[in-house]
Amino acid sequence: MTLAGILAFGLLSLGGVFCVIGAVGLLRMPDFYTRMHAASVIETLGAGLVIAGLIVQAGFTLASAKLVILALLIFFASPTATHALAKVAHESGVEPVARAREGEEAP
Amino acid sequence: MRKVSAAISLFVFWVLLSGHFTPFLLTAGAVSAFAVVVFARRLELVDPEGHPVDFSGSALRYWPWLGVEIVKSAWDVSRLIVDPKLPISPTLVRVKPTQVSAVGRVVYANSITLTPGTVTVVAGREEFLVHAITRAGAESLAAGDMDRRVTRFEGTR
Amino acid sequence: MIYAPAIVALVVTLALAMARAFLGPTLFDRALAANAIGTVAMLLLAVLEFLTGRPEYTDLALVYGLLNIVGTIAVLKFFRVGDLGQEGTVEEGESR
Repeated sequence: MTLAGILAFGLLSLGGVFCVIGAVGLLRMPDFYTRMHAASVIETLGAGLVIAGLIVQAGFTLASAKLVILALLIFFASPTATHALAKVAHESGVEPVARAREGEEAP
Repeated sequence: MRKVSAAISLFVFWVLLSGHFTPFLLTAGAVSAFAVVVFARRLELVDPEGHPVDFSGSALRYWPWLGVEIVKSAWDVSRLIVDPKLPISPTLVRVKPTQVSAVGRVVYANSITLTPGTVTVVAGREEFLVHAITRAGAESLAAGDMDRRVTRFEGTR
Repeated sequence: MIYAPAIVALVVTLALAMARAFLGPTLFDRALAANAIGTVAMLLLAVLEFLTGRPEYTDLALVYGLLNIVGTIAVLKFFRVGDLGQEGTVEEGESR
């Protein structure tokens, strides 16, 4: 395996690990607002590392340019979607847990 | 000037997405880019908000710092998630943005949301309501380092 | 097989996010899980391009990403306003 291949493997696998951590957080967190923070781990570090790994694998080609566009799309669009979710949830009266304890469900 | 730059960006976008360099497709791309700019001009969309090319310089200085912040806070949130005790302390905090323009406030609100651990819940003109997963995250946001950097980003065109 | 761990991890992520979408409990949890599933599906499509050597998959991922955000906003607007054609409510003091 070449050096670039090893680097790509490392980035891809690390990105996968952060995606799984984010998804575990999505299940473990006690209320909607805290779950949102877990999901943003997937959208930033998970997606970023996976796409970085693919760019290393592709080298300086048109495919990497498309991957950069994909990364920019995720980085510009995901905070907008997250903010929209948070705002509508707040307006609809979903209360954040003030001091969340383990295993407690949001009211 | 802004229209020319918008047309060139659109044409580059077309070429990157198509990947074919035949004369027909290149011509079609140029015509499409031109047509989009003409229609956008009629809709008055080619303004500093629709095509914010003025911010390119300051964006190149701001984005690397934001990237480092995102990695740091994503690492902190990941550690919280895998901790068996789940040591979270969710906090709602109000911060006052010091940016003067709408673009500056949007950049600030988006930066807060993009950083794991803090989410802008309500983005008003005078005040943002931010949900942070830990008290420490809320306090470091209230200290205002990001706010100052976005204000500098907005000011130095 | 340098893609195997990433693909396994992404599929596990999809399964866990799907579980959150089923568990709910509120509409917003489901919308959040759907959004995360969309992001992971984009990544999976991007990895598939390199696995199969077919460059069309990145274009699919781009289109999927655009549909993902439009879909999320549409669902939110529908449940907030109850109608997709109506104009959204503008907050007091909010700049357009």
